[in-house]
Amino acid sequence: MGFRRTYEEINEKIKTGRVVVVTAEEIIPMVEEKGVEAVAREVDVVTTATFGPMCSTGAFLNFGHSDPPIKMTRVWLNDVPAYTGVAAVDAYIGATELSESAGFEYGGAHVIEDLISGKPVKLKATAYGTDCYPRREIETYITRDTINQAYLFNPRNAYQNYSVAVNSSDRIIYTYMGTLLPKLGNATYCSAGQLSPLLNDPYYRTIGIGTRIFLGGTQGYVAWEGTQHSPSVSRTEKGIPIGGAGTLALIGDLKQMDRRFIRAAVFHKYGVSMYVGVGIPIPILDEEMVQFVSVKDEDIHAPIVDYGVGRRSKPTYGTANYKELRSGKITINGKVVPTAPLSSLAKAREIAETLKTWIREGKFFVQRPVQSLPAEQLTKPLEIRQMNEFK
Amino acid sequence: MAKRRIVLTFPPSMVEKPLTYRLVKDFDLAINILYARIVPRESGRLVIELSNSSEENINAGIRFLEEQGVSVEPLSKEIRWDEKECINCGACTAVCHSDALYMNPETWKLEFDKDKCIVCEMCVPACPLRIISVTF
Repeated sequence: MGFRRTYEEINEKIKTGRVVVVTAEEIIPMVEEKGVEAVAREVDVVTTATFGPMCSTGAFLNFGHSDPPIKMTRVWLNDVPAYTGVAAVDAYIGATELSESAGFEYGGAHVIEDLISGKPVKLKATAYGTDCYPRREIETYITRDTINQAYLFNPRNAYQNYSVAVNSSDRIIYTYMGTLLPKLGNATYCSAGQLSPLLNDPYYRTIGIGTRIFLGGTQGYVAWEGTQHSPSVSRTEKGIPIGGAGTLALIGDLKQMDRRFIRAAVFHKYGVSMYVGVGIPIPILDEEMVQFVSVKDEDIHAPIVDYGVGRRSKPTYGTANYKELRSGKITINGKVVPTAPLSSLAKAREIAETLKTWIREGKFFVQRPVQSLPAEQLTKPLEIRQMNEFK
Repeated sequence: MAKRRIVLTFPPSMVEKPLTYRLVKDFDLAINILYARIVPRESGRLVIELSNSSEENINAGIRFLEEQGVSVEPLSKEIRWDEKECINCGACTAVCHSDALYMNPETWKLEFDKDKCIVCEMCVPACPLRIISVTF
């Protein structure tokens, strides 16, 4: 029977200021030096983080009621349409929605960033008018402080590993993985690697529904499995998925967020996205958790995917590990290809450090998940079917 | 040693002429090619650094290019990077041919070596934060 530690013991140590917290990068040399068992006894919590573009991000807004009231049927925020097919003054603004006047240069992510920054945002809504909601249109300004409620609800964040993107075609292409030069002219990758949350808890032992996290500069929670959560992809001997696998749906109060940790982005000729800062504490419950959090960049392999082929199934050129990717070049079919990141490791480190400070200062407690994420699941594709196929 | 960085734009008909060879041979100029985009039947763009012990040779070389129908402009544009707003994602480094923009392998923060920059402007649209621009 090896060493064990409970969530309650960790929280008691946080309360009394005796907790030992290190980041997922800092623990690697510690384990090499002292061994798994000694580190399990010494360290209570390991912080992980990521700061990458996450399209599947958005915010639920409740505007409060005007006088006379309105049941909004169409809503625009700074000319960006929001979805309002829910109750009278509820709306959801998706990060990738584009402005009707500024196109690619301004979108839902920019509205969210502007709200977080405290800037006034123009709200326009139209309605058909009812007995209880007689108003048919409204134009006003809202801010983070005047709006009734605003919280992020991100259907898919914090992808557990991801592909490396290349382009074998003979023309430059513009993707959500950045600008890809022709004939394997470059390769882009997008993960915090050894610091990334789900790569440090590969089987979701401690990250589940209800886990308290760092989201965009404030406390948030894991709400559900993320869309396209796909844990059953192939894994290495150490259990690390090769390519995109688990994902998280995250929730947190927009009003408490900080623009330093969440930013709107434009991917040239692709569209708008949002850089989201996510930090997740991993409680060291036993020696197995120490093994998980000591994962290194060289243990994490990502498939090299050809984005030059505009199909669902894209050809791959084997895999590259994160140590190779971070070296600045990889070799594909004998050709040396320069690599570039899209996810900010510098920011991820800042988040892991911030979370460490919060825990040390007794401002942030670890939360046992109320329900585990699915451990087996694969993403279903969308096929073109006819009604009569279901008979 | 006199040095000058210039941008040459030449029409499709000029693409196959050995201009740099003439600059070396007739004007004794050392040529450092910083950027070249030369495609048959399209207009070409060449950013070069000319050096020679005398300014006169450089001026004569440039006159020769202009007589050949090449547009010659000094490399006076500059890339401006708003470091304060940067999130250090690295997306711009994916398209930087000249390695002027690169990630510091220790801090993983973006660094910009202005001397290496050839102002190809590829980084401007590649920046997801829209904080890289060209100044004249």
